[in-house]
Amino acid sequence: MATLDDLKKRIASVKSTQKITKAMKMVAAAKLRRAQENAEKGRPYSEKMNNIILNLSSVISDKENAPKLLSGTGEEKVHLCIVLTSDRGLCGGFNTNIIKKAKAYFQKISDDGKTLKIITVGSKGYDQLKRAYEDNIIEKVSFKDSKNINYFDAEKIGSMIIENFEKEEFDVCTIFYNKFKNVITQIPQEQQIIPLKTSEADENSSEDNYEFEPDEDEILSNLLPKNISTQIFKAMLENSASEQGSRMSAMDNATRNAGEMVDKLTIEYNRSRQAAITKELIEIISGAESL
Amino acid sequence: MSEEFKIEIVNPEKSFLSKEDVTEVVVPAFEGEMGILKDHISIISFLKPGIIKIFSKSGDENYYVEDGILEFKNNNLSVLTSSIFNIKDIDKNKISELLVQAEEHSKNNEITDQNKYLVDQKIEILKTLN
Repeated sequence: MATLDDLKKRIASVKSTQKITKAMKMVAAAKLRRAQENAEKGRPYSEKMNNIILNLSSVISDKENAPKLLSGTGEEKVHLCIVLTSDRGLCGGFNTNIIKKAKAYFQKISDDGKTLKIITVGSKGYDQLKRAYEDNIIEKVSFKDSKNINYFDAEKIGSMIIENFEKEEFDVCTIFYNKFKNVITQIPQEQQIIPLKTSEADENSSEDNYEFEPDEDEILSNLLPKNISTQIFKAMLENSASEQGSRMSAMDNATRNAGEMVDKLTIEYNRSRQAAITKELIEIISGAESL
Repeated sequence: MSEEFKIEIVNPEKSFLSKEDVTEVVVPAFEGEMGILKDHISIISFLKPGIIKIFSKSGDENYYVEDGILEFKNNNLSVLTSSIFNIKDIDKNKISELLVQAEEHSKNNEITDQNKYLVDQKIEILKTLN
C-alpha cells in the first residue's frame, strides 16, 4: 500500500493538472465565442457567392464549354483531398474524427483504382496521415503563425489548388473539415469543390432575369476561382469554431475526471491515516496491558 | 416616391457596410464605370480596381476596391469583395506599398492580357489617390 506521503503527492499533482485543464477550458470558451462570431460574420459572403454562382450556372448557355472548374475535366482519375485539421492537440476527438472520415474516403478511392493526392492543412493532420499516406501527400500547410483565421491564408490554399488544377494534376477535389453544430457536436464533412456541385439549385432562382456584363462565361470563369478560396475560408472558420468547442468539452471532461480522482485519493489518504493511528493505539494499549 | 435603395458590401470576414438610404452608387465595373440608381435592371458584373462612390442622404462615401462581384436585384445592391478600404481611413504608406506591389506585378511578362489590364488600372487609381 502506498504510504501517506506518496498519496499526498499524488493528490497534489492531480489537483495541479485539474487547474491546468480548468484554465484551458476557460480559454477555449472565450476563444470559442470569438470563433463562433467570426463564423457567423463570414456566412453572408459565402452564401451570396453561392447564390450568384447558382444563378449564373442555371443560365449559362452551352454546358459543353462551361469552365472546367464547374463542369470538371470529364474524367475522375485523380482525386485531390484537402484535409483541414488543427495545429494544436488536446481537443478531444476533433482531429481523429476528420482523419477517420478522410481515411474512409481514401480507402474508397484506392479500392476504385484511382490516384490519390493529399494536401494537409494544420500540422496535426499531417502527423496522423504521414505514416500511412506519406507518398500521397503532395503538400502540407500550417498556419501556426497567423493569430487569427484570415482570408489571405485561405486564398493561398485556393490559388495552390487552382494552379494544380490548371496543370491538370487532378480531376476531382474534395475538402474535409468539421462543421460546427454545437459545443458537444461537430460533424465531420466531406465537400466536393471541383467540379462544383450545383444540384441544389432551388427553383425560384432561375426566374430572375439578370443582365450580365461582361457575358456569363467570363463572369463565371472569374468567379469560380474566388469561390474555391471562399469555400476553403468557410471551412477554416467552421473548423476553428469546432476546434475550440471540442477542446472546451474535452477539457470540461478532464476537469471533472480529475475532481473524481482527487475525491477517491482523499478517501484513501484518510483511511490509511486512520489505519496508522489505530495501529499505534493498539501498540500502546497492548504494551500497557502486558505490564 | 422615394429614390432610395439598399446597399450591402460584404468581405469574407464580415459584413463591411450596410446602408438603406442610398440614392446613387457608381461602381468600377469591368467594362467601365457604371452608375446605379433605384429600379435598375437586375445585373451581375464584376469589378476592376477602382473607387466605389456611394451617394446617400446621410452623406457621400468613397471606397477603394481591388476586385469583387456585384449583384443588383430588387433594389438590393450586393458587393462581394476581398479587399476594400475607406478612402478616408487609408493612409499614404499603404497606398505606396500597394503601388509598389502592383508595379512589380505589371513588369512580370508572364501575366495574361486581362491581368495586365487589371494591374494597369490599379496602378492608375493608386496614383490618383497618392
